[in-house]
Amino acid sequence: MGATISINGITHHYKAGADPVLQNIENRIDSGECVVLIGRSGCGKSTLLHLIAGLLQPSEGCVKINGHQVVRPMAKWNMMFQKPSLYPWMNVRQNAGLGLEFAGRPKAEIRGRVDELLMLVGLSEYSEANVQSLSGGQQQRVALARSLATNPEVLLLDEPFSALDAFTRASLQKEVAAICRDFGITLVTVTHDIDEAILMADRVMIMNRNPGRIEQEFEVALDWPRDTAGVDFQARRRVLMEQFERSENVTPLGKPSRDRVALRRVGG
Amino acid sequence: MKAPSVSIPNQNAAGLSAVARRRLQAVTYPLAGIAIMFLCWWLGGWVLAGNPDTVIFAGFAPGPTLASLQQMLGEGALWDAIGASLYRIGAGLFWGCLLGIPLGIMVGYFTTAMQMANLPFQFLRMVSPLAWMPLAVMIFDSWDGAIVFLIAMAALWPILFSTAHGVRRIDPGWLKVARNLGAGGAQMLRKVILPAVMMDMMAGIRLAVGVAWVVLVPAEYLGVTSGLGYAINDARDTLDYSALAAVVLVIGVIGYGLDSLCGLLMRRFNWRMES
Ligand SMILES: Nc1ncnc2c1ncn2[C@@H]1O[C@H](COP(=O)(O)OP(=O)(O)O)[C@@H](O)[C@H]1O
Ligand SMILES: [Mg+2]
Repeated sequence: MGATISINGITHHYKAGADPVLQNIENRIDSGECVVLIGRSGCGKSTLLHLIAGLLQPSEGCVKINGHQVVRPMAKWNMMFQKPSLYPWMNVRQNAGLGLEFAGRPKAEIRGRVDELLMLVGLSEYSEANVQSLSGGQQQRVALARSLATNPEVLLLDEPFSALDAFTRASLQKEVAAICRDFGITLVTVTHDIDEAILMADRVMIMNRNPGRIEQEFEVALDWPRDTAGVDFQARRRVLMEQFERSENVTPLGKPSRDRVALRRVGG
Repeated sequence: MKAPSVSIPNQNAAGLSAVARRRLQAVTYPLAGIAIMFLCWWLGGWVLAGNPDTVIFAGFAPGPTLASLQQMLGEGALWDAIGASLYRIGAGLFWGCLLGIPLGIMVGYFTTAMQMANLPFQFLRMVSPLAWMPLAVMIFDSWDGAIVFLIAMAALWPILFSTAHGVRRIDPGWLKVARNLGAGGAQMLRKVILPAVMMDMMAGIRLAVGVAWVVLVPAEYLGVTSGLGYAINDARDTLDYSALAAVVLVIGVIGYGLDSLCGLLMRRFNWRMES
């Protein structure tokens, strides 16, 4: 089950008096929707996710999830980071079940739930393994299981796949998108990979900086499952690229857009 | 340059694999070290015995010492002394941990606590624990209490600083993920912070044990009538030099044992995987 996120007039600065990192962000994300944030580095994508997760409190405005104001982090609004940050003193099973343990669930329930999730992410055989012995992709799968274990309504992904090799990344993108659709989880993900955006998103938000803001929105409007090689896919990808380029040109303080080749590394 | 035409002789000519050789060396080298130590000891005793001015100290030589040791091990007094000293070390370490670990976590976790505490702590750390003796004697009505206090003062700093160092090295991602999963303060402490710093804490305790054991003997010269330090003083007063040397030997062996125990515990709590 997902949840509706409403972002109400958020302005944020890390230091009082400094230029705002985000200015007057206003948006609404529907229950079960998948939104992808793209934009050059430093435009406040991570900051926005931290604010939605309750890991940061905005200087002005508020985030509401299902009408409740977010004032602190909670397991039902879960965030995944570029680094899996697994705990090396716990095995795979203990890592995956940590959120449930914090919630005080009984041992037997945790065990059953973790077994299910390790199966879902394809790590059943590794349940007793040392997390340090896993590959980067497997570690990120453990982190995914850990995030899903608490039945989150909202999943926030801050480039969690960007450090992985292309094959692992592609399969994880597909799996996460499918899982979130199956369970109706509201998904907000940051990426600098245009294909990932078109592959996963219902809606893409193009962000810009100085000050950080949502410059444009883009409905992907493709059916599932999506085929990266398909004609429609390539067409939508082209349109998104053009929009992104145009949004770069309106940067008030930044440089005008560079050539198309450079644009492939969105947010690089 | 041309490569030399002679073949390099096989390093494993003896037919031993490299691993077996290393294993053998791990045993033979320390044994050789001990043998050299005994030789020096024996030479020293021989020199003492050969000089009429020092011949009364001949009891320090290995022969008489080991004979004394064997005799003392059969009697209760030595064991009582060991028990008393170990109790003081244990109690001192207990208080050192009880104060040092929470303070270390606080100083490591909160930057302001660090900034406030750093200077006073560095200052106090440099004061020899024995310098507190007069104060300790005034505060505590028993000599035992005073000695435990001194041991605690010696043990506190290594434990505190190691723990703080460990906390500062904690991956911020670990804290963020735990917060994100809804961890409360106590859960964060028990599930993340303590396991993360366990190794540094144990390293601090190991240092503390070393310092405490070294401080214990002079501390036991004062006032008390039990313990290994007292036993040394007593042996000196009765001119029983072979007994004195036997106690020194016991102190060294127990110290080594305590250190090895800490090393074992450190390995037990080491979550870092050797690759
Ligand atoms: N903890 C912080 N303290 C101060 N400034 C920060 C902090 N985190 C990010 N910033 C600044 O805020 C801006 C936006 O950062 P971020 O949200 O990480 O952008 P993005 O994820 O889009 O790259 C950057 O200019 C960055 O330097
Ligand atoms: Mg970022």
